[in-house]
Amino acid sequence: MSDAKKVMITVRKPPHGSIYVHEAIEVMFIVASFGLDLSVVFIDDGVLALKTGQDTKELGIKGFMASIGAFMDFEVTKVYVDRQSLEDRNMSEADLAFIGEDETTEQPVRPTILDSSAIAALMAEQQSLMAL
Amino acid sequence: MLHTLNKSPFSHTSLENCLRFIKPDDVLLLLEDGVYAATRGTSRSHLIEQALQNGHVFAMQADLKARGLTDLIDGVQLADYDKFVELLEQHSSHAWR
Repeated sequence: MSDAKKVMITVRKPPHGSIYVHEAIEVMFIVASFGLDLSVVFIDDGVLALKTGQDTKELGIKGFMASIGAFMDFEVTKVYVDRQSLEDRNMSEADLAFIGEDETTEQPVRPTILDSSAIAALMAEQQSLMAL
Repeated sequence: MLHTLNKSPFSHTSLENCLRFIKPDDVLLLLEDGVYAATRGTSRSHLIEQALQNGHVFAMQADLKARGLTDLIDGVQLADYDKFVELLEQHSSHAWR
């Protein structure tokens, strides 16, 4: 994995009001399936896509909560969230959906919350960045 | 007048722009990504609190559910699609996009 190309996908749109987040998740699964070293970062309104308890039934759309819960099963394991974006939206770690479970402990895993400086450092390491 | 707003208050200025034109007793209806404005304790909550001092604020229940939003600013009323139609019948409306 160490010599795999480092690719980052950033999500900055809210869910459901447009097709962007849905498409971004599709792209994540495709990129991960090619064995690239994928990092995914949710920033600004993108963090709203990870909120627990989303029920899109009355909108007549499927939503993507199931896909988020399967991130780790599909090798989307490096999932980060911008701390400031959460705070601006009165969200905490407990508001974030699980993305899978730890292979050894079998405990559910949430995305990792990072400060913007840590996200900036990760961005600088990438060979390719996709803003979706 | 009925004002409808469908954009997130975090990434658009539509809500601020709309509030400049709301008169007392006007109705503000939040729908689609606009319902995020009804959330309590955010960096934008003061905008809806301001709107509530003058008039009525509704948020579409289906859009709230879809986004997992339950902790709302006191005074925001829930609207279903029947209520949406009723509001449209009672008022002329302007959409803030």
